[in-house]
Amino acid sequence: MTKSYDHIVIGAGHNGLTAAAYLAKAGGRVLVLEARDAIGGASATAEIAPGYKVSTCAHLLNQLHPRVAKDLGLASHGLKFAGTDLPTTVLGASGAVLRAQGDNVEGAISPADRAKYAAFRKKLLKFSKRLQPMLLTTPPRLLNRDFKQNMDLLKLGWAIRSLGRTDMREFLRVAGMNVYDLVRDDFESDLVQVLFANDAVLGTSMGPRSPGTVLTLLYRLTGEIAGRQGALALPQGGMGAVADALAAAATKAGAEIRTAAPVARILIENDRAVGVVLSSGEEIRAGHILSNADPRTTFVKLVGARHLDAGFQRDVTKIRTKGMAAKLNLALDSLPAFTGLNQSDLAGRVILSESIEQIENAFNPAKYGEYSPTPLIELTIPSVADPSLTGPGKHVLSAIVQYAPYHLKAGWDAAREDFLKTIMARLENFAPGIGKQVVASQLLTPLDLEREYGLPGGHWHHGELAIDQLLMLRPVAAASRYEGPIAGLYLCGAGAHPGGGVMGAAGHNAARTVLEARKSGEKAA
Amino acid sequence: MNAPVTKPIHVGLKPTPFIERLRPLNKFESLEYWKGYWSPADYGNAEREYFAIRNTSSVFDLSPMTKYRITGPDTVAFLQRMVTRDVSKIKVGRVGYTVWCNDEGKVIDDGTLFRLGENHFRLCCQENQLFWLSHSAEGFDVNIYDETDEVTGLSLQGPTSCSVLKALGCEGIETLKPFEMRAFPFAGGEVVVSRTGFTGDLGYELWIDPSLALPLWDGLQEAGKPFSGVEPIGSHALDMVRIEAGFIAAQVDFVPADQAIRADRARSPFELNLGWLVAMDKGHFTGRRALLEEQKNGSKYCLVAVDIDGKYPADGSIIYHHKETEVGHITSGIWSPTAKRNIGLASLLVPFGKTMLDDLWVEIYVMRELKWEKLMVKCTVVKAPFFEPARRRATPPLTY
Ligand SMILES: Cc1cc2nc3c(=O)[nH]c(=O)nc-3n(C[C@H](O)[C@H](O)[C@H](O)COP(=O)(O)OP(=O)(O)OC[C@H]3O[C@@H](n4cnc5c(N)ncnc54)[C@H](O)[C@@H]3O)c2cc1C
Repeated sequence: MTKSYDHIVIGAGHNGLTAAAYLAKAGGRVLVLEARDAIGGASATAEIAPGYKVSTCAHLLNQLHPRVAKDLGLASHGLKFAGTDLPTTVLGASGAVLRAQGDNVEGAISPADRAKYAAFRKKLLKFSKRLQPMLLTTPPRLLNRDFKQNMDLLKLGWAIRSLGRTDMREFLRVAGMNVYDLVRDDFESDLVQVLFANDAVLGTSMGPRSPGTVLTLLYRLTGEIAGRQGALALPQGGMGAVADALAAAATKAGAEIRTAAPVARILIENDRAVGVVLSSGEEIRAGHILSNADPRTTFVKLVGARHLDAGFQRDVTKIRTKGMAAKLNLALDSLPAFTGLNQSDLAGRVILSESIEQIENAFNPAKYGEYSPTPLIELTIPSVADPSLTGPGKHVLSAIVQYAPYHLKAGWDAAREDFLKTIMARLENFAPGIGKQVVASQLLTPLDLEREYGLPGGHWHHGELAIDQLLMLRPVAAASRYEGPIAGLYLCGAGAHPGGGVMGAAGHNAARTVLEARKSGEKAA
Repeated sequence: MNAPVTKPIHVGLKPTPFIERLRPLNKFESLEYWKGYWSPADYGNAEREYFAIRNTSSVFDLSPMTKYRITGPDTVAFLQRMVTRDVSKIKVGRVGYTVWCNDEGKVIDDGTLFRLGENHFRLCCQENQLFWLSHSAEGFDVNIYDETDEVTGLSLQGPTSCSVLKALGCEGIETLKPFEMRAFPFAGGEVVVSRTGFTGDLGYELWIDPSLALPLWDGLQEAGKPFSGVEPIGSHALDMVRIEAGFIAAQVDFVPADQAIRADRARSPFELNLGWLVAMDKGHFTGRRALLEEQKNGSKYCLVAVDIDGKYPADGSIIYHHKETEVGHITSGIWSPTAKRNIGLASLLVPFGKTMLDDLWVEIYVMRELKWEKLMVKCTVVKAPFFEPARRRATPPLTY
């Protein structure tokens, strides 16, 4: 006997789990089907060697939406933090160190820059704050908007207008800029430029001089953790703890979660999504299907061209998903010694780069299908603040390594080993002797991220965060309101507005859309 | 280094395989632009050419017609998803007219589908469509090949056309039904004859390897001798007969949706009176959801045949209701020599042309001895075609 469900969620990424929890809380019978053996998608903790657990993909929590955390009671479902306002240390050439936490900054920074730092950061946070309401708003339609959608559009415009004349002008001036020009207008010190550039380009396929990088910076700074905008947090137990808490909230509300259950296709009858077929052949039906898989996988692979208009299919196929970030996870027998850094620096986030030019230079080869010989690295050693990951004395290091293009000329399977050596050599520059401390390593190139985590092109956000793929154009105009062209099928992952990062907003918004549909369906019935 | 170009590049107009015979006949070098090919607008006297179509036999060089060969295991599924018609109902050896739409359900182009095998179609259309075809092919196991220059065509149209083909040696041609095709041996090769055309009359289209183009031309001229000849015609004469037949033309009666810049300029099949081509029950096809919406909410425009008072052709004229409110315009208009009526196709804003049929007026400007005069003449919505001889469908057709 097969059970019946109101909602099926394809994928137990944090967004899928968020949607599942909201739907279950609203009384729906929910089934989550995850392809992998573990939940969490790119927000996961796993053991990379016996006794060494690490956040395999995402490693810092800075965007989890407070509303989602509160609505779903994540704290009561076990989400704890090993740190909620982590410092960032930028380690530059020949031992130059910049330390930043909140509005404070010290170290390798000129007095003039230091005097400006807090005001500059406040300005960015203020602009980002204006964008916050957009995160939980369903994008208005491009054409044929109804009253509510016009109001939403107005509100967004108003949020910016109400900055006041001077600030609004400044917002409009900077929003379209690149981060290189922005920070060099104000700062002369290398490492403070690196600090902002890193946050602007991480996880994108852009360099500091690429257009749109102020927007990605502002987007990131919309994040708020423990009441602090722009702060960084380490969940106790790694990023998997976020997924676990979401899963607990969902199951508590009655949702069922099945892992190792890859969906092979979405069942469509009379032009409506009515269920899914698993790779095993098992068929499960439900009134609404939500997909946490990326939009291209969802439509091209799970739905198929036969059910799509050709223009839509083309638009979805063309979503830009060139991943540029690799992930290196190291199991270490002891704490590495980074020149010039102390233990409390290592409890936070460390960025390795000499200058904003170095980051742009690191991007150059990637444009032509080669990895950076001197990549930009953002790393954490979460075991410093959270010994539960490894036990005492041992450590894990989690590093985001940019730039490593998905389309590597040499092919990743051939180049993986060399790239690992390149990264280790770079690390060795900053932490002499680290190579000898390595017990085990896990290198995830964008290709691996695609193969193992289903991220298209290895892209963090299931699709580049760029002006032509945002808001009512995310992922494409005809599917920007969580519902695509096929009735009963919804997108609930990072590919939908407002994008990725461990935030939960896409899952929240998709669930709301489904609940609205359920309500109007009930009314009609 | 770029790879060396191996194909000759034509400078100027591209010749067709018939040009050797046709150029000397085109005394005034009167040409029409058709994708850069050498394509005659007329051979000096469009009216004479028109009467050849209606009274004897005419021949028109179809070489520039775009032809795509579509093959592969997903051929039928691919076409079902691309065009509005139910392709499964076009049997092997038959031809079907169809349109295809964009996502918004607006017509991109029209054309004819020749089913040459279970998984082998030829799509004939006026413009290049490779862009749309290749997008539409994503996710389907099909091969799309532009065979425009590898299959050449002649359109042989007119009441004596069946007799001419018989004389050419197409044994049994009289049993060929409308929209059927058949291969006949010819000059050591073969000619494929389909009973199709753009004239609304008895007529055939002949498809052949370009190497046999001139023998075919000569053969037809020879075969036509006992039947008052086979007259070469240009696009002007063809345009007249297609209006009489009520057939629409791209760029004239509708703007291809992929070329329309203004959102409200493109038209759906319903808005072009081509609803009969839309098979809603065959499963999904591009534009279907938009067309269902349109069926639910009603179409904005309609295309109708109109009869206009007086004798002055009304091509392009604005149509008014009650001589006051602008409600549409004549997209194609001629004085029909056969119907002896002033006819046209008109695009109207619904409900005009659907439920509001009275009190419609056309504003025509006529030049009378160096003076423009504005006429408001009555216009009546009628049924197309304006001319439909029984021979168009009769099998066997009358032989001469
Ligand atoms: C290396 C890396 C570092 C990152 N660092 C950070 C960071 O520090 N901070 C931050 O906030 N963000 C970071 N991100 C981004 C963030 O992890 C993602 O944007 C976010 O996790 C996306 O969540 P999601 O739920 O939308 O999708 P995903 O996490 O991708 O989840 C989708 C799920 O759907 C499943 N799925 C796909 N297809 C099927 C199918 N057919 N059947 C069943 N299941 C299917 C997948 O297996 C997956 O579990 C990082 C990403 C990467 C890759």
